Amino acid sequence: MRDLADNVVIICSIENIDPMGVHTGDSITVAPAQTLTDKEYQRLRDYSIAIIREIGVECGGSNVQFAVNPEDGEVMIIEMNPRVSRSSALASKATGFPIAKMAAKLSVGYSLDQIPNDITKKTPASFEPSIDYVVTKIPRFAFEKFPGSEPILTTQMKSVGESMAVGRTFQESFQKAVRSLECGYSGWGCAKVKELDWEWEQLKYSLRVPSPDRMHSIYAAMKRGMKVDDIHELSYVDKWFLTQLKELVDVEQYLLARNLSQLTKDDFWEVKRRGFSDKQIAFATKSTEKEVRSKRLSLGVKPVYKRVDTCAAEFEADTPYMYSSYEFECESAPTNRKKVLILGGGPNRIGQGIEFDYCCCHTSFALQDAGYETIMMNSNPETVSTDYDTSDRLYFEPLTVEDVLNIIDLEGPDGIIVQFGGQTPLKLSLPIQQYLDERKPNCRSGYGLVRIWGTSPDSIDAAEDRERFNAILTELQIEQPKGGIAKSEKDALAIAADIGYPVVVRPSYVLGGRAMEIVYSDEKLVTYLETAVEVDPERPVLIDKYLSDAIEIDIDALADSHGNVVIGGIMEHIEQAGVHSGDSACMLPTKTVSLSCLETIRSWTTKLAKKLNVCGLMNCQYAITASGDVFLLEANPRASRTVPFVSKAIGHPLAKYAALVMSGKSLHDLQFTKEVIPAHVSVKEAVLPFEKFQGADVLLGPEMRSTGEVMGIHSESSIAFAKAQIAAGQKPPLSGTLFLSLNDLTKPHLASIARAFLGVGFTLAATSGTAHVLELEGLPVERVLKMHEGRPHAGDMIANGQIQMMVVTSSGDQLDQIDGRKLRRMALAYKIPIITTVAGALATAEAIKSLKCSKIEMTALQDYFSSEKATKSTKTLQSVSST
Amino acid sequence: MKCALGMAVTQFPSCFTLNSPKVRLFTVNCQSVSPAASGSSSTGLVEKPWKVSDARLVLEDGSVWRAKSFGASGTQVGEVVFNTSLTGYQEILTDPSYAGQFVLMTNPHIGNTGVNFDDEESKQCFLAGLVIRSLSISTSNWRCTETLGEYLASRNIMGIYDVDTRAITRRLREDGSLIGVLSTEESKTDEELLKVSRTWDIVGVDLISGVTCKAPYEWVDRTGSEWEFNLNGRNEDTFQVVAYDFGIKHNILRRLASYGCKITVVPSTWPASETLKMKPDGVLFSNGPGDPSAVPYAVEAVKEIIGKVPVFGICMGHQLLGQALGGKTFKMKFGHHGGNHPVRNIRNGRVEISAQNHNYAVDPESLPEGVEVTHVNLNDGSCAGLAFPQQKLMSLQYHPEASPGPHDSDLVFGEFIELMKQERQRT
Repeated sequence: MRDLADNVVIICSIENIDPMGVHTGDSITVAPAQTLTDKEYQRLRDYSIAIIREIGVECGGSNVQFAVNPEDGEVMIIEMNPRVSRSSALASKATGFPIAKMAAKLSVGYSLDQIPNDITKKTPASFEPSIDYVVTKIPRFAFEKFPGSEPILTTQMKSVGESMAVGRTFQESFQKAVRSLECGYSGWGCAKVKELDWEWEQLKYSLRVPSPDRMHSIYAAMKRGMKVDDIHELSYVDKWFLTQLKELVDVEQYLLARNLSQLTKDDFWEVKRRGFSDKQIAFATKSTEKEVRSKRLSLGVKPVYKRVDTCAAEFEADTPYMYSSYEFECESAPTNRKKVLILGGGPNRIGQGIEFDYCCCHTSFALQDAGYETIMMNSNPETVSTDYDTSDRLYFEPLTVEDVLNIIDLEGPDGIIVQFGGQTPLKLSLPIQQYLDERKPNCRSGYGLVRIWGTSPDSIDAAEDRERFNAILTELQIEQPKGGIAKSEKDALAIAADIGYPVVVRPSYVLGGRAMEIVYSDEKLVTYLETAVEVDPERPVLIDKYLSDAIEIDIDALADSHGNVVIGGIMEHIEQAGVHSGDSACMLPTKTVSLSCLETIRSWTTKLAKKLNVCGLMNCQYAITASGDVFLLEANPRASRTVPFVSKAIGHPLAKYAALVMSGKSLHDLQFTKEVIPAHVSVKEAVLPFEKFQGADVLLGPEMRSTGEVMGIHSESSIAFAKAQIAAGQKPPLSGTLFLSLNDLTKPHLASIARAFLGVGFTLAATSGTAHVLELEGLPVERVLKMHEGRPHAGDMIANGQIQMMVVTSSGDQLDQIDGRKLRRMALAYKIPIITTVAGALATAEAIKSLKCSKIEMTALQDYFSSEKATKSTKTLQSVSST
Repeated sequence: MKCALGMAVTQFPSCFTLNSPKVRLFTVNCQSVSPAASGSSSTGLVEKPWKVSDARLVLEDGSVWRAKSFGASGTQVGEVVFNTSLTGYQEILTDPSYAGQFVLMTNPHIGNTGVNFDDEESKQCFLAGLVIRSLSISTSNWRCTETLGEYLASRNIMGIYDVDTRAITRRLREDGSLIGVLSTEESKTDEELLKVSRTWDIVGVDLISGVTCKAPYEWVDRTGSEWEFNLNGRNEDTFQVVAYDFGIKHNILRRLASYGCKITVVPSTWPASETLKMKPDGVLFSNGPGDPSAVPYAVEAVKEIIGKVPVFGICMGHQLLGQALGGKTFKMKFGHHGGNHPVRNIRNGRVEISAQNHNYAVDPESLPEGVEVTHVNLNDGSCAGLAFPQQKLMSLQYHPEASPGPHDSDLVFGEFIELMKQERQRT
């Protein structure tokens, strides 16, 4: 960081475990740097400062990346970012020095020595943090969602999220970071990893070529006796890290040779100090996590909590930013106030991103205002929830049963909130509830027992357990698409025959659209069952009728513990049902849905919320067929991805309300008693990362792949849509040539799409099949060769700049897999807007029409809501906090 | 061994309190080791992949910390200080200013880069011992010639690891520096060790005589030239400097040489008259261990020299100048030991991040008129630098030569050169 007085301080050094060649965002990184002597470190420091001065970063943060040759210390500069970057977020969390906050102060003219250190308060910010712990960051990937793209790490960043963990040693922080990732591992090692069964050649390849699972390959190689030197030769991972890992394997061997009852207090102490989780110990000693926990606690081995204080304990710090470690002294100093433990969402991933962090933060703010001490627990360095000043207390910890129970034991909170962090805390709610039922721990505040606030884990389970849920829907007379649970291929074919194709198939044991597919024939169904998932009685497959051309509706509702339910917002998806709701654009209020359908949706949602005893938020998804029949697709009694969008669209903080409702307030107390239908239109659009994944197709489907979203607001829906498109990076051209290629399923809509674009002045181009249909309709179209038909073909036109926009729906056949995918990838490479759904095409045509005849204006969000209402809602919150 | 509180029998680093007066009671249950139990349960099974505790650190506040030893064995007493530098343990080990002290590194991983030839700050290790959280199980650095454990063992320095260094640091922060006893001898009871710690004191002890050179010598640098830095704005002149070795760090000499000085290093007891006979362009008073009040002979020498030639004091040298000018020095609560202290250079307003290592400081209020405070430590407002232009005198409480630490204050060597140049022009 540099200030206007030319004072420069270095905040943090971070060392990549992966050698050069892997993007830093995709590398496992460790702070502080572990393999540099002072002379080498100071040389990098000198270079950094010289670079910052030379580039002319007058004030604010910068990031400089170096490569140091471990053979001779030669230094190369890789890059410098003259701005606050992703690594500054990590560095801020790793040190407790809030880089962006300080940069903002510097930009208005403060100098570093005029700003107090945010954590110690007494010393100035013009210092360099010293840390007495080790921080490990591990990226999280989503290659499985982008078939066609190879899981190889390069200089193009592909990770979608990351976990960070703090420990007193590298081993401790690394193990914690691995289990924070929530990729099915409870730490590094002590697990049956697939790499253990690989051929040597394959294993060696996976050590040489960086991939998301390289750390597990290192584990497998060590388990199978490969020497550290040989692993280093293949992977170029520094031997310092490899020997640290090797010791973990040695400890695992030690555990494997024993059973739980043989482990002494000293054993537990040494093993836990190396970051092993109870689950790993259970795996190695062939026992259960619960047995390990009770044995461990009976020996008195439990974690202590150390503080992150920027100064390695040199000065006193009041900020309770903590991490666990197995050490002598605990610094947590829990209070006896009324308090709430909020479980965050863990690493960002596709399907569970910052929307949930938004909810967690709002919960914390609302409950602080209402007089509670809020305690945040999360492992994601990219979030606001893991800022040390968001909540009263912060535990930077993995979200696993073991780690959460440790905090519950220590803090004794009045309430635990699992509803806002997405699937991560929800999955923990049953074991937590079980623990609370067994142990009945008291709150430290003295107000009775610790309990989970909001909708009970049992209700959450009822909504997720297919059979229980079906029973409830039957009782409430709520319709859902026909379907069944197949425990074998035979079952599946029978169900499909009964309900008729197309059907949506998905494994029952994963959520979030993972491996979900729409299947149109027996043949395809069999292929799916053979290739995509395993089907057996243990892992049944869900088969549902796919409602072609149906409109999909998302609804968020809020219910209090007194049985009141208020609809937060009803959103109409622009893409048809079948595109994952997270990838689909949607608008609020709805545009084409009939009043009677809306009434059905409202009444069903209310009924269901009451039946499930929802306390807090609930999200439902419905499909409305062309004939006007309503079907419930899904219900989730928890905060959903759409909560921030709805809150901004209607001008009411739903997450805050939900938090207060969970603390016992009624919706009446909050004066939120009626659905708000705003006069303006808000459109949400998904942002997709296809250009980062070489070889992946861009078609939307039932599997979610978006990594972010944007929102456009306007009084007119078409302009709101246009704004959202522009924000998502798909700026619609106002004129030019539209390339059309529609599959047979969507061909019936071809003419209307063509007319809409002709109407706004576009010319059309199409390959033979599509062109033929257009010609039959008497519409002007330029015929273009398909890529395999010769040249010049459609791809050449893209390259020549002769195509400005594309509407492509896939037939999904063999040829399309090659030809069509290639064309779509080209469009992506040339940044030509590509629309892959009929509804999207029509909406875009309309947006272009509006853009042509009106200018986009900017209005502040606050101005959409009357000033009168704004004051009223503030009052509401104040009155709540004063009660 | 005997355990005062008679607790369970396990072996991990921990802490317990002795039933003696004026001793704080800790709330945590603590254990001690029964040597017979260690390792015996694992017969026939995979060996424990870790070392069993075999050492104790007993602090004068009564706390006993079980740990694992490395380096030398035996029993050693010293003052425990913590150092917050993230890098540079080898420079710290060889900094003579740490004579008589146990250095506790707050950075948990120590030993990662081993030790090498270039990073030595003196000919040997003078500190009493090293206290760390985690001893590296391997080394990774192309310059590494030896592991930290081997290095300390061959120099007969004790080290311990696997203690809660943060807990001890917090104690030092609250109570100030504590005397401690490190021991690998199980035959000695905790009470015996505690008694040793309470009867030993560092205040008033002349530690300098143990670290200074025995006879004058000319400085010849053998460090690899790749570590040279900050070469802008040098002139061709060379200056003769006499450097008083109170425990001088090599990097002070390297930096002076880099700025064009020819240096004769003299012992701490070198008479001022002899120094003046050598007709130096300037005299440097170096850093060194312990209490400046314990070396009145050095203060006398300083008094004789100041005003006659330009002088530059660093650390101990700064304190001696302070005393020679009639000022007072005092012992700080836990001193400054680290590489991240902000210092304001009052003359240009800039903040320099500095390397610090001192337990005593000069009270600026006690200094005579005409003495200017040129540098202030921004963490606690203490005096970090002085100048007395009339007497051609400048001094810094901290370490402009860094090593370890940032190079922000390196330009001060240029100021000393400037001072000598002006004097040369004047005469």
